[in-house]
Amino acid sequence: MKPAFSVIFLTTLIGAAQGLFLALFTHQSYALFGLLPMQSDDFYGYGTLIVLALLAAGLVASFFHLGRPERAWRAATQWRTSWLSREVIVLPAFMGVAFLFGVSHLFGIRPEIVTLPSGMVIDLSVILGAAGTLLAFALFVCTAMIYACLRFLREWHSPLTVINYILMGGSSGFVLAAFYAASFAPDQADFFAGWAIIITILALIGRAASLFRNARLKPTSTIQTAIGVKHPQITQRSMGAMGGSFNTREFFHGKSAGFLRAIKPAFLLLGFVLPLVLLALGLFTPALLGLAFILQYAGLLAERWFFFAQANHPQNLYYQTIG
Amino acid sequence: MTQLALVIDLNVCVGCSACVTSCKEWNTSGSAGPLVDERPYGENPTGTFFNRVQTYEMGTFPNSETMHFPKSCLHCEDPPCVPVCPTGASYKRKEDGIVLVDYDKCIGCKYCSWACPYGAREIDEKQKVMKKCTLCVDRIYDMTMPEADRKPSCVKACPTSARLFGDIHDPESEVSQAIREDGGYALMPEWGTHPSNHYLPRRKTKMKIHADELERADNPLKLDQQLPKPDKDQSTLDDASAW
Repeated sequence: MKPAFSVIFLTTLIGAAQGLFLALFTHQSYALFGLLPMQSDDFYGYGTLIVLALLAAGLVASFFHLGRPERAWRAATQWRTSWLSREVIVLPAFMGVAFLFGVSHLFGIRPEIVTLPSGMVIDLSVILGAAGTLLAFALFVCTAMIYACLRFLREWHSPLTVINYILMGGSSGFVLAAFYAASFAPDQADFFAGWAIIITILALIGRAASLFRNARLKPTSTIQTAIGVKHPQITQRSMGAMGGSFNTREFFHGKSAGFLRAIKPAFLLLGFVLPLVLLALGLFTPALLGLAFILQYAGLLAERWFFFAQANHPQNLYYQTIG
Repeated sequence: MTQLALVIDLNVCVGCSACVTSCKEWNTSGSAGPLVDERPYGENPTGTFFNRVQTYEMGTFPNSETMHFPKSCLHCEDPPCVPVCPTGASYKRKEDGIVLVDYDKCIGCKYCSWACPYGAREIDEKQKVMKKCTLCVDRIYDMTMPEADRKPSCVKACPTSARLFGDIHDPESEVSQAIREDGGYALMPEWGTHPSNHYLPRRKTKMKIHADELERADNPLKLDQQLPKPDKDQSTLDDASAW
């Protein structure tokens, strides 16, 4: 497949946003149970502003993918069958709840909703945070299922796709949260960096597993099944177009096999290994956490590029030779 | 239930591309607006087509065979492109099984083209909407046309009658009989899309001659007593029967 930069930016930006939101609310939940000191409303509120900024940037990027962005509202109508439609609904819903979560903290609108028998006070921000958490996970599932549901794109058609979108987004968000905390609540940075290390290791395992799986895939469709001729040696002589077509532009990444081979270790290093090293060092040097996020984001862009490029569409069998 | 479809006889197709040009001509002139053509007379012409003729070669020269292979939307009975559409612009008509795109609802996200294993959908780079073969839906129901013309443009254009059009759910239709009796097959059956369009294989007429048909036991030469001589050390039926 041809990696579309609009989709690469959309998925990586909202992944980081979802991860950051989960990180912030995880901290608030820990604090609610008294496991960590509760931070000021500003800490959670301004963190949520970063979440919203990332989501908005992702949303803007997504519009560049559409031929007719003015009709984008129609994309919310087919949620019964289309994962893309479900994403179109869940993304703004998540944005809305994250916005309210931020407002609740920044303006101190935290009316008590219920007091548990243990004396724990559940206020509005906790309810919104829980709803946002559910929506963040729902959004990960929707985004990943857009790819995982296409059964003949076998590189994508795997539960690993969903798991990895959750883990990589989570990793990116927790690294960002570690940097954010190091800057504004330094004594809490360890909590986020610790979780970031755990999630990044899990993400590395998940991504390595999918690379391992994809390297061993045998194509289901062959030129024989594509044209229905039983012959071991079939060569295409003409594809019915001399100057290329949509089919040659949309489904081939257009880079050499060497480039594809080179980008794989590059994204593993930038997206997972280097951030892990920097996170470990960053426990003592906060500035390194910022570097970790930036390097990892570049690595995740490369990862997403590779994710698309590696998917081999069966239609390519029909478009091998211009002649 | 009706399922309109094309049946393409690869045994007859000569690869002239008349179906391609007549398809383009009809569908670029319709009320849906032109099918884009960029640099039509330039170095790298490109554009949107609903139908293309491809050519494949089997084997190595001189023991090779050439096959021309027209490819368009197969109007699958279980089309994977339809449920993924976020706007409902892609749909399959209940009444005749044609898979269509509503150009007024399409947002040009290209997701349906990802979901089609056959590469049957092509975006119109000017109108920015996804387009594909309509089975000439604006032609086959046009009552102002003579009945003989109410067929897809490609079918009408084919000089060798390689393209048949009809209802594959009607067992007595020309297309159903062709599929049944001439070995009609579907493309990429492994994905369970159940394409409605079928292809008839290339077939050769061969005469099977067995050796005993060439060397007859009741060889008329026997009448002249001039029997074909068997090897000296070989016993033949003639040893027993000719005296």
